[in-house]
Amino acid sequence: MGRYVARRLIQFIPVILGTLFLLHLLSTLTIQVVGDPVRALFGENAPPAAVIDQMRADYNLDDACLEQPGNPCLGLFVDRLGQYAGGDFGINFRGRAVTEMFIERFPVTVRLTIIALVFETVVGILMGVLAGLRKDKFADNFVRFFTVALVAFPTFVFGTLAQLFIGLQLGLELRNSDWAPDWLGQMLNVGYNADYPWLSLVLPGVVLGSFSLASIARLTRTSLIENLRSDYVRTARAKGLRTRRIVGIHTLRNSLIPVVTYIGIDIGLLLGGALVTEGIFNIPGVGQLVWLAIQSNDTPVIIGVVTILTIVFLVANLLVDILYAALDPRIRYE
Amino acid sequence: MSDTMAGQSAGQTENLSTKSGANRSLWGDVRYELVRSPVFWISSILVLVILSMAFFPQLWAQTSPNTSGACPLQNARVKPSADHPFGFTNAGCDMWASLVWGTGKSVIVAILVTAGTVILGVTFGTLAGYLGGFADTIISRITDIFFGLPFILGALVFLAIFPERNIWTLTAVLTVFGWTSLTRVMRGSVISTKQKDYVDAARAAGASDLFIIRKHILANSIAPVIVLATIGLGSFIGAEATLTFLGVGYQRPTVSWGLLVSEGQNLALAGFWHLLVFPSAFIVITVLAFILLGDVLRDALDPRTR
Repeated sequence: MGRYVARRLIQFIPVILGTLFLLHLLSTLTIQVVGDPVRALFGENAPPAAVIDQMRADYNLDDACLEQPGNPCLGLFVDRLGQYAGGDFGINFRGRAVTEMFIERFPVTVRLTIIALVFETVVGILMGVLAGLRKDKFADNFVRFFTVALVAFPTFVFGTLAQLFIGLQLGLELRNSDWAPDWLGQMLNVGYNADYPWLSLVLPGVVLGSFSLASIARLTRTSLIENLRSDYVRTARAKGLRTRRIVGIHTLRNSLIPVVTYIGIDIGLLLGGALVTEGIFNIPGVGQLVWLAIQSNDTPVIIGVVTILTIVFLVANLLVDILYAALDPRIRYE
Repeated sequence: MSDTMAGQSAGQTENLSTKSGANRSLWGDVRYELVRSPVFWISSILVLVILSMAFFPQLWAQTSPNTSGACPLQNARVKPSADHPFGFTNAGCDMWASLVWGTGKSVIVAILVTAGTVILGVTFGTLAGYLGGFADTIISRITDIFFGLPFILGALVFLAIFPERNIWTLTAVLTVFGWTSLTRVMRGSVISTKQKDYVDAARAAGASDLFIIRKHILANSIAPVIVLATIGLGSFIGAEATLTFLGVGYQRPTVSWGLLVSEGQNLALAGFWHLLVFPSAFIVITVLAFILLGDVLRDALDPRTR
């Protein structure tokens, strides 16, 4: 196990450097081609050149290589890595540090992601098991149809529709009624409510997790069906074990291995989706920060937050990979 | 299809599907499967309708919402009626016409992106899978790096800096972030095809690498790419609409589904439900049609999943 973790950590270094470099390369190439974002911020009413130069210096956009199309700006990349290592991810157009805003808002996004993850894994695995055990029966066909339909709803479509029909039309009824408990109405709310930091994130979390729910249900189903056919299940059955034990202890544990891998990849999807969900439901998380930055053309915030989120994603992925090895000994000895 | 392939897959067919029995080629078997599937017919008719809306919107709605006088302001947000079952948009255009004329914006980007990603994916996937060694290492590491960047976040950074966002910038960005998954699938498929006996036989007979790739590898490893590309068409439509919804895709006054949803989002909460429900329905049905088509294709092409 120790050797596996060490090898995985060493592999992690080029991947994170490469991803950060890709991000750097994309943003520099675009700036080289279309001009720097400071000018775009002012549009036609440009302030004096001195002001622009000062701002360029503040946002690290005064490097000469940003005016040479095709130059990968390696020097600038090394500088940026140094800043990232020191926790400096730039400042917004009003002078606030991106890192500070990120830390302030991150707990909300973590809560939202946790709700989404719990929802998608619990419901997804349940549906997958149900479908896998009753292959080609009604339950299976229903789950297969349901998951295909679910994937067809992009997060923003599902989010806006859920906000309208569940959060507003159903939720308002509940919140105004005498019989419904308070927590139920808050669970199905149109937006974030600071008095209910977990409950009011339930509907957005469900929206966020629903896309991956489909993949998890299908993965569980396929691998369960495959495992149910294997020799060790036949042996277990021959020994006279009860079906519940065969499925619950032997088969399910093996079937969940691909699901764990998927969850690693999924964290990236969730962080991207959080941007949409937080924008729609007005949740003061990291995604909303980007959402607002897009509307006010605050490019440094977008680049800064996306860089941090990418690092978060890669680290989360690394942790999942290590967990994966703990679950499946075959990976460790490869 | 080449003779080798037909012969090879006929052997496969006999083992795998005793029901369809006869000596059908792989593609013959696929056709046999497909014409008997109602899902295939429903989804391909939907896809044809969507494509005709994309390329010939005037067939479905005569006046474009962008012609002058098409959108009188007194019609703004008027709810659905018998004459106009879809109601009017926030700008006073007929909702049905806006949706029909907006189809092309989404579908054409998705088609261009799919074409781009298939070309890149097949090229790099074949190179990596067939050549192996150094080329494989380089290409695989590059795809690893792209996988480290969540799709929406990466596209966002790129588009946020662009002052002008149109078909071409959207296509470029979606292609840059979309080619890697097809490359991985193609690489895996090529590696498994490369180990087949008929490739060894061809090599023993003195065929050149280029000939083997062209005649044997490509034809026998393209199936998963076709499936993924069909599903990809649907998901690129969703991705374009998402980016537009976020504000980094198409800009007004372009008529597009993503913009209509973002416009409808707040107004729907104020009671104008049709502003949100109809654009959403168009997006969902389109994405669904492509996903369903991809799904039946997968079932037909890969008998193991049945």
